[in-house]
Amino acid sequence: MAEELHQIRLTVNGTAHDLRVPARRLLSDALRHDLALTGTHVGCEHGVCGACTVLLDGEPVRACLVFAVSVQGQEVTTVEGLTRPDGALGPVQQAFAECHGLQCGFCTPGFLTTITAGIRDNPEPTHEEAREMIAGNLCRCTGYQNIVKAVERAAVLAREGGPSEGGFETGLRPSSTTGDASVVEEVAQQPSRNHGDDVVDREDDAATTGLGA
Amino acid sequence: MKPAPFGYLRPGTLAEAVAALAGDPGAKVLAGGQSLVPLLNMRLAAPTTLIDLNALPGLDDVTVDEAGVRVGALARHAAVLASVEARRVQPLVAMALSNVAHPTIRNRGTTVGSLVHADAAAEMPVVLVLTGGSLEVEGPAGRRTVAASELFVGPLETSLHHDEIAVSAHFPALAPGAGAAFEEIARRHGDYALVGAGAIVDGDSVRVGFLSVSDLPTVVDLSGVAEADLGEAALAELEPGDDIHASADYRAQLVRVLTPRVVAAAREHAAHRLGRTRG
Ligand SMILES: Cc1cc2nc3c(=O)[nH]c(=O)nc-3n(C[C@H](O)[C@H](O)[C@H](O)COP(=O)(O)OP(=O)(O)OC[C@H]3O[C@@H](n4cnc5c(N)ncnc54)[C@H](O)[C@@H]3O)c2cc1C
Ligand code: FES
Ligand code: FES
Repeated sequence: MAEELHQIRLTVNGTAHDLRVPARRLLSDALRHDLALTGTHVGCEHGVCGACTVLLDGEPVRACLVFAVSVQGQEVTTVEGLTRPDGALGPVQQAFAECHGLQCGFCTPGFLTTITAGIRDNPEPTHEEAREMIAGNLCRCTGYQNIVKAVERAAVLAREGGPSEGGFETGLRPSSTTGDASVVEEVAQQPSRNHGDDVVDREDDAATTGLGA
Repeated sequence: MKPAPFGYLRPGTLAEAVAALAGDPGAKVLAGGQSLVPLLNMRLAAPTTLIDLNALPGLDDVTVDEAGVRVGALARHAAVLASVEARRVQPLVAMALSNVAHPTIRNRGTTVGSLVHADAAAEMPVVLVLTGGSLEVEGPAGRRTVAASELFVGPLETSLHHDEIAVSAHFPALAPGAGAAFEEIARRHGDYALVGAGAIVDGDSVRVGFLSVSDLPTVVDLSGVAEADLGEAALAELEPGDDIHASADYRAQLVRVLTPRVVAAAREHAAHRLGRTRG
């Protein structure tokens, strides 16, 4: 017996999509398989790791614990939707690039979406609040220190209205898959202060902006 | 892993939802899905049909009056936690909720769902018992109110019938001179507790509810017990269990540590509230 399909509409990153999916299609799989938006990553599929976190009507949820049919008609923002309208990195993405907030990048999309909502709700997080903001996301690579720095940096960038107005040259080409490891490559190709090996310089940056305390 | 196939219904009225549930013994209700979907993904549950409550109107309210806090079946943990009025009238609800998972899970999971799920390691069942709360449920025969003391019958098991849907939960107000506190120990912040304890102190009355100690949320009356004996007095009423998370001995030790701590915090809370009314 063929599995019953349900007709649903999902608005993802501002674009409405009409889909036919079985009821058991997880939102994470609808995004990745049906819409080819592979920025949303899937780690544990039981709500623990946070890699699949997307914004549902603006609030972070685990895409692996929501059925696509159950959120029909709602708005989803994935990591692909966090870039600026001109394609430049959004403030949280920019902060991750500057602070070396990622290594393999697997966990990164979930952090980026979570922090985007976090600094919207709390634009000036304390160090403790920055740590708390990411307490529900797991990262096996970074040891979290640089992710916490990135939260604090992202809050500054967002308050300043973004890297360009904040005096930071981005030099990054528009990318539609900024949640993927491609960010790392783009950053590493920059001859600027964002270069992957440039740890000391980056620490200085953090110091001059009052971060990393 | 992915769930096995299931049928899906998205009723627009509670009556339709109840009728659908009554008509299919293999069906299950879907609320926030934060407990059910992991079970489906791991194929530990395989319902024939999911009856999705998320399109039902009027169930997401948190209504507060001086008698207590009423939480609708679709009110997310996050909405309950954010209610300033709820926090004023029954502070224990928010104290416990801030220990339930992480904010992202709380954005989707419902407080009523967590009561019906009845996990012995969950925070809200013990809060419902300790505050003397109740669940309002609707079945084919109509509505009834189930007192918390009658609700929890085993691990992941309540006295609800298969064809009943919980409509709301009621947490009675904290009495004016009383104080409340909640403490738990988990391996990582946001994890299920190894042991947790909530306390309500009202004059000479001292009651402490424990989670993750036994199979059921258990409330122990510790009125009149000397400060130094609180932990042992609580243990006399409890049978700490063993599992992969902690040994029974370790749980007993956590009861010894947490009981005096949570009672002292509840006394302090009572004094603070009294001071505020007088001031
Ligand atoms: C990573 C992670 C960590 C977590 N940590 C904690 C924690 O520390 N403490 C804690 O308490 N919980 C924790 N949870 C669980 C969370 O609180 C759930 O939200 C809650 O247990 C269930 O609520 P739900 O709305 O998601 O219910 P669902 O998952 O939709 O349903 C759970 C069960 O209840 C039934 N049900 C739900 N609503 C109704 C209703 N109105 N009427 C009849 N039956 C109903 C369903 O059929 C199902 O059997 C965690 C979850 C995850 C994924
Ligand atoms: S994949 Fe969803 S939380 Fe891990
Ligand atoms: S960067 Fe590799 S898991 Fe976080």
